[in-house]
Amino acid sequence: MPTATATATATLLDFSDVQMTFPDGTVALSGIDLTVKRGEFVTVVGPSGCGKSTLLRIASGLETASHGSVELATDRIGYVFQDATLLPWRSVQSNVELLAELHGTPKADRLAKAKEAIDLVGLTGFEKHLPRALSGGMRMRTSLARSLTLDPEIFLFDEPFGALDEITRERLNDELLRLFAEKQFAGLFITHSVSEAVYLSTKVIVMSGRPGKIVDTFEVPFAMPRDPEIRFTGEFAGLVGKVSHALREGHH
Amino acid sequence: MADSPELVTRRRRGRPRVSTWAPPIALLALIVGIAYVANALLGKRAFLLPRPDQVFAVYVSPKNGPAIFESLLHTTEVALVGLAIAIALGVLWAIAMNTAKWVERTTLPYAIILQSIPILAVVPLIGFWFGYDFVARVIVCVLIALFPMTSNTLFGLQSVDRSHKELFRLQGASRWTVLTKLELPTALPAIFAGARISAGLSVVGAIVGDFFFQRGTPGIGALISKFGARLQSPELFASILVASLFGVVVYLFFQWLGRRAVGKWYDFG
Ligand SMILES: Nc1ncnc2c1ncn2[C@@H]1O[C@H](COP(=O)(O)OP(=O)(O)OP(=O)(O)O)[C@@H](O)[C@H]1O
Ligand SMILES: [Mg+2]
Repeated sequence: MPTATATATATLLDFSDVQMTFPDGTVALSGIDLTVKRGEFVTVVGPSGCGKSTLLRIASGLETASHGSVELATDRIGYVFQDATLLPWRSVQSNVELLAELHGTPKADRLAKAKEAIDLVGLTGFEKHLPRALSGGMRMRTSLARSLTLDPEIFLFDEPFGALDEITRERLNDELLRLFAEKQFAGLFITHSVSEAVYLSTKVIVMSGRPGKIVDTFEVPFAMPRDPEIRFTGEFAGLVGKVSHALREGHH
Repeated sequence: MADSPELVTRRRRGRPRVSTWAPPIALLALIVGIAYVANALLGKRAFLLPRPDQVFAVYVSPKNGPAIFESLLHTTEVALVGLAIAIALGVLWAIAMNTAKWVERTTLPYAIILQSIPILAVVPLIGFWFGYDFVARVIVCVLIALFPMTSNTLFGLQSVDRSHKELFRLQGASRWTVLTKLELPTALPAIFAGARISAGLSVVGAIVGDFFFQRGTPGIGALISKFGARLQSPELFASILVASLFGVVVYLFFQWLGRRAVGKWYDFG
């Protein structure tokens, strides 16, 4: 990992032996050990229902693990949900301002932050639009911009691009990589797409079906910033194959 | 952005086209025509259905015209005061139920009882307790109009997305912030839909109140019952028509208000 060593390698998120049993007896996670350091972009793949969302919910504090310890070294967390979760009565601008508004940031600061974030995700010119007038991809960008205003040290993504078409998804992947290079946050990203996982991350974690366990971990050797063309190399395809294989193994 | 959904809806909502207003107008003309024919056929019993021009003449007659419009004004007053109270009470009650589970558990059954009691059975009691005047008439309005307000608001408040709530929770938003910046705005379309229903019911309440409580300055309901008792059929028809139109106007007003308030982001029917 040539780039990760360049920045400080502080651990931002640390799961050790985490287990999650819901009140109804469902064991969603079991024996999860996981760390995310600054400059790392960790992606989790696993079959549906294996506890990936639960993992993120525990990391963010929305849910409390029933066993094990979870340490989060920052309170600046960006959480990007599967759907954009925009407030339909607010324009793009005021949706992006929302989080800063909830933190009581003064109006002028809020405006500046929102402007910068809207710029970063390429939505300049759409500030006044309501969510219903946006495409799915633009809604997701708005959601990203909203999280960016918090200047998060760690970003949690729960299948953010799952509902988008292939082309939009690839474009947003590239933008996310660009943001990652620029902002140097840590990322914990969940996806169903193995190639998205390999393309985006520095490390891919494979989980098995319920109860969710980590069955394999792959370091991704490609340099960051990533060349989009890398997706068409044999090395890339080889790694995608290995991850897919591990995923299939874990399924049984 | 020629085809953004925003523009599409705006076009649909634009000036009503001929095809929208022409058919109802044609039907109205037909009804008026039928009234003339029926009136002619009824012969001696023509008083059962007066001619439309006889009805219209009542409005311009110096004796009954002003009386009808003045009593309509009194009815409006009662209906509006009753509606305002019902809206305020309904929204506050729903907020209380949404905020504290125990309030919902203790009081929701009574909201449902309120909805199912035959209001006419209780009306005499209201007069008995509160006098046969303005206050009693307003209370009838509130009793009739309260439930749709409460239930709609509660439904609206409870239809907030789980992910929206979590978005706020992640930022440590206070209960008050969640209420004002998330729950109430989400509930706004439901609140306006409730207000539209309650407004219509409040008009009904005011007229029912007029029938029963005739002290002070009762409204159009009192006139209707008087003209009915005296078999003054053109006057009776004229008053009923005005009362009905009033109900329609109130409904349309709240429809318009709802569209103005939330129509930009919600398809308010
Ligand atoms: N509040 C809850 N109470 C009981 N069981 C729950 C609860 N939340 C989640 N579960 C269960 O825990 C398991 C893991 O759920 P989770 O949403 O984390 O899966 P996931 O990996 O994100 O699935 P998907 O890929 O479909 O999004 C599922 O079987 C789910 O039914
Ligand atoms: Mg999930």
